[in-house]
Amino acid sequence: MTEAPPAVPPPRPGRWQTATLVEVRPETATAKTFRLALPEPSPHLAGQHYVVRLTAPDGYTASRSYSVASPPDGSAEIELTVERLPDGEVSSFLHDVAAPGDSLEIRGPIGGWFVWRGDTPALLIGGGSGVVPLMAMLRLARGMGRPDLVRLIVSARSQAELYYAGELPGPETAIVYTRRPPPGWTRPPGRLNRADLAGSMEKDSVAYVCGSAGFADSATDLLIDAGFPTPDIRVERFGPT
Amino acid sequence: MSFTRGFRRRDRGPRDARLPPGQYDVGSDWPVLTAEPTPRLATDTWTFTVEGLVEQHKTWTWDEMHALPPSTFQGDIHCVTTWSKLGVSFGGVSVDTLLALARPLPSATHVLAVGHTGYTTNLPLADVTDGKAWVVWSYDGRPLPVEHGGPARLLVPHLYFWKSAKWVAGLQLLDHDEPGFWEQNGYHDRGDPWLEQRYQGD
Repeated sequence: MTEAPPAVPPPRPGRWQTATLVEVRPETATAKTFRLALPEPSPHLAGQHYVVRLTAPDGYTASRSYSVASPPDGSAEIELTVERLPDGEVSSFLHDVAAPGDSLEIRGPIGGWFVWRGDTPALLIGGGSGVVPLMAMLRLARGMGRPDLVRLIVSARSQAELYYAGELPGPETAIVYTRRPPPGWTRPPGRLNRADLAGSMEKDSVAYVCGSAGFADSATDLLIDAGFPTPDIRVERFGPT
Repeated sequence: MSFTRGFRRRDRGPRDARLPPGQYDVGSDWPVLTAEPTPRLATDTWTFTVEGLVEQHKTWTWDEMHALPPSTFQGDIHCVTTWSKLGVSFGGVSVDTLLALARPLPSATHVLAVGHTGYTTNLPLADVTDGKAWVVWSYDGRPLPVEHGGPARLLVPHLYFWKSAKWVAGLQLLDHDEPGFWEQNGYHDRGDPWLEQRYQGD
């Protein structure tokens, strides 16, 4: 990060545009995926986010950033998965009020650091809603026919709280249940630990860690203790404290 | 203006005048949004350096830094992700004090703040002088927690908070603007929250 400035100009997010909500699907009891059609589509990178801005009749606005869950695939539609936060001004509106056919102001794609371009091995570690940007990376890898490039470890409290439960399983993914694993699950419930990383530390890979601040800190500590080079760890911390 | 179907402001009271446009009051929370692993820095080996276009390159140890005249900030901080934290207090030393000892050359126009992690952020020199910036090691009277940049971070509260480099290691004085970490990744070179300078081009 201290090397010379890049020869390319800094990325700029597009202008605000009015997208149309085309589909809403539940992922868990507290998470929904919102599929948006963009009038001015702009190719995104796996890991980037969009800002959603709500405007009240009196001009009051509220904006929040949400990661893109869909892979870069040339589509004019993107999917944002949004966790409903208690008192979340924007997330509760999206969950409780927004409906297909509605217009939503969005701006993006944003971010040039927590992105995976599909050109290196990647170790993806997500906790809770932190799996969302990693899902774009997994979907990209699978879409390229290169699932071998990624290793995704997802931490969730229980199966009911696991995002993308139907799509996650595969030889390149592992699920860690911290509280209530499904019946027959052999790993005892508990936080992500060093054994969960065994076999995942591929040479020259970049690690992408996403979740709450506590999850991100414990996951990066595990990686560093296991010898993963600190400069190759990229972190995105989510949400309230 | 187009508005969002069904969206209403919850709090019908007057908006707090301390909130810049597009920001909300995070209350007692203090979100942690860092792009790198949290470093563990020992204060007995910690240093802070001012270098580049100065008459005198200066490096302070933790103890030397604490021997400088103390300075505090009380006010508000604003994160580009739209939270603001109102009525906070930090303690440390004014950047003016550090620059007075290093004596910037007339050619210096910008600074690049550098963190012990390698994080960088760029600022016009005028945004870190005349009582606008600090190196702080206490928050609310207690040691600054490591997740918030402890043992010491830069504090430039009139700009978006990514300018207030966590785990700050020093300032490089330059005769040009040089985009830092987030600025290379699409964020604004100045970052004035009252002008909503969030992204490049704003």
